[in-house]
Amino acid sequence: MISFSGVSKRYPGGYEALKNISFAIEAGEMVFITGHSGAGKSTLLKLIAAIERPTSGSIVINGQNLGALRPRAIPFLRRNFGLIFQDHKLLFDRSVFDNVMLPLNIRGFDRREAQRRVRAALDKVGLLPREKAYPVTLSGGEQQRLCIARAIVHRPAILLADEPTGNLDAAYASDLGDLFKSFNQVGVTVVIATHDENLGARLKPRSIVLRQGEWAAS
Amino acid sequence: MGGVMKIWISQHIRTLIAVIARLARTPLASLFNIGVIGIALALPAGFYVGLFNLQGFSRELAADPQISLFLALDAGPADLAQIENRLRQLPGVRKFRYISREQALADIKRSTGIADVIASLGQNPLPDAFVVDAADNGAQSLEKLRDEFARWPKIAYAQLDTAWAQRLEAALRLGRLAVLMLTTLLAFALVAVTFNTIRLQILTQRDEIEVSRLIGATDAFIRRPFLYFGALQGLAGALAAWAITWVSIYLLNNGLADLSQLYGANFQLRHLSVGDSLSLLAFSAGLGWFGAWMSVNRHLSASAPR
Repeated sequence: MISFSGVSKRYPGGYEALKNISFAIEAGEMVFITGHSGAGKSTLLKLIAAIERPTSGSIVINGQNLGALRPRAIPFLRRNFGLIFQDHKLLFDRSVFDNVMLPLNIRGFDRREAQRRVRAALDKVGLLPREKAYPVTLSGGEQQRLCIARAIVHRPAILLADEPTGNLDAAYASDLGDLFKSFNQVGVTVVIATHDENLGARLKPRSIVLRQGEWAAS
Repeated sequence: MGGVMKIWISQHIRTLIAVIARLARTPLASLFNIGVIGIALALPAGFYVGLFNLQGFSRELAADPQISLFLALDAGPADLAQIENRLRQLPGVRKFRYISREQALADIKRSTGIADVIASLGQNPLPDAFVVDAADNGAQSLEKLRDEFARWPKIAYAQLDTAWAQRLEAALRLGRLAVLMLTTLLAFALVAVTFNTIRLQILTQRDEIEVSRLIGATDAFIRRPFLYFGALQGLAGALAAWAITWVSIYLLNNGLADLSQLYGANFQLRHLSVGDSLSLLAFSAGLGWFGAWMSVNRHLSASAPR
């Protein structure tokens, strides 16, 4: 489903975030990408989502080679993913409900069907009672769960999460782990970049370990 | 397929409603923008109206250049018959019309405000006349024809009516050029105003645009509300310009009514035609669309993935 072969990413200025990385993730797998901060975990996720382009090597997603993808096709590639951002990237000028509605608007969903799906996603993360609230009134954990609701509302095949438990206390983090597990159990491929060892111990996923941009262990 | 079409249409309608809501959310800023565009467009539109009114006037006079032959006051019926005969035989003459002095006097009394003056003269000061349409309306052949008529006996004066009409036409050409230049400059201003408005909007909606792109929005989807906004703002500006022009003509016509009554005639300025009005609206909406398009594209290409 996702395969990297010989992928390197060098940023302007010469900093080499990833060096010659190769791996494959099958459909329905749950994979952790671990390593210290600065090891290249976020860069790897950004390469998968075509937010950044590799300097060399090739990335194949769902049989599509990203290097050969025309810019016009990138939005449609991204619709395969549910993205969970470290900084949440919520829109603070609209309600919880409308934040989750955004991916469905982009895909041109029928309004009634979209509302049904938004409520289902909010229910899944336990935010349905707060649907009319604005993100600024939510706690850090609630904001993270709102971000997850937005990532799953269109039922993506692949869930990409960047440090999802970053700023959460342990109880919240374990709830979140259960949530990811439940998505994986219904067949969603889950890729999580994290340095949270508790989460790993709980979910026991396959891990790809990075050290200073290089593949260290699997 | 019908479902896809329905979704497509409903998406556009939703965008339109959202854009109108956005215009209404900042009424003062929207009004100022629309006002600037309206005034900028009212200027060339007003000039244009003035020109085509003048043009209509000149066309009435100079539709066909004619040569007027004024007969000597002592010309008798025999002279008249002879001139008529010669005109009939001259190949350069397409057609001609005889206007007797009595008829000329009646015409003048009817159409201009100097009836009182003429009545006070006691006798008819006008000569008999022929009005000649030439077969060839080229300026040179007309002048040649006029010179020939002038040599005929009992013709006091042969006048070519095109000279001042040509001058007016040349002046109108100059005016049209000025309107075109003005329109070009102000069209640029309109695009610039829209460009900047949209740029500011993009700055305030940066997060929304970024997130939308990350989760799979196409450029067309991101562009759409801004394009609608630009076009709508242009359209509203054009409506303002149209209203300014209409009110101006209305007020001028009120003033003209008084003036022309004093002259015993009836001058009325015509309003913009339906076709011209629609062109104005389409032109302005199109420019607004274009300005927005440039603005969004600049932003999108600057933030494309590297």
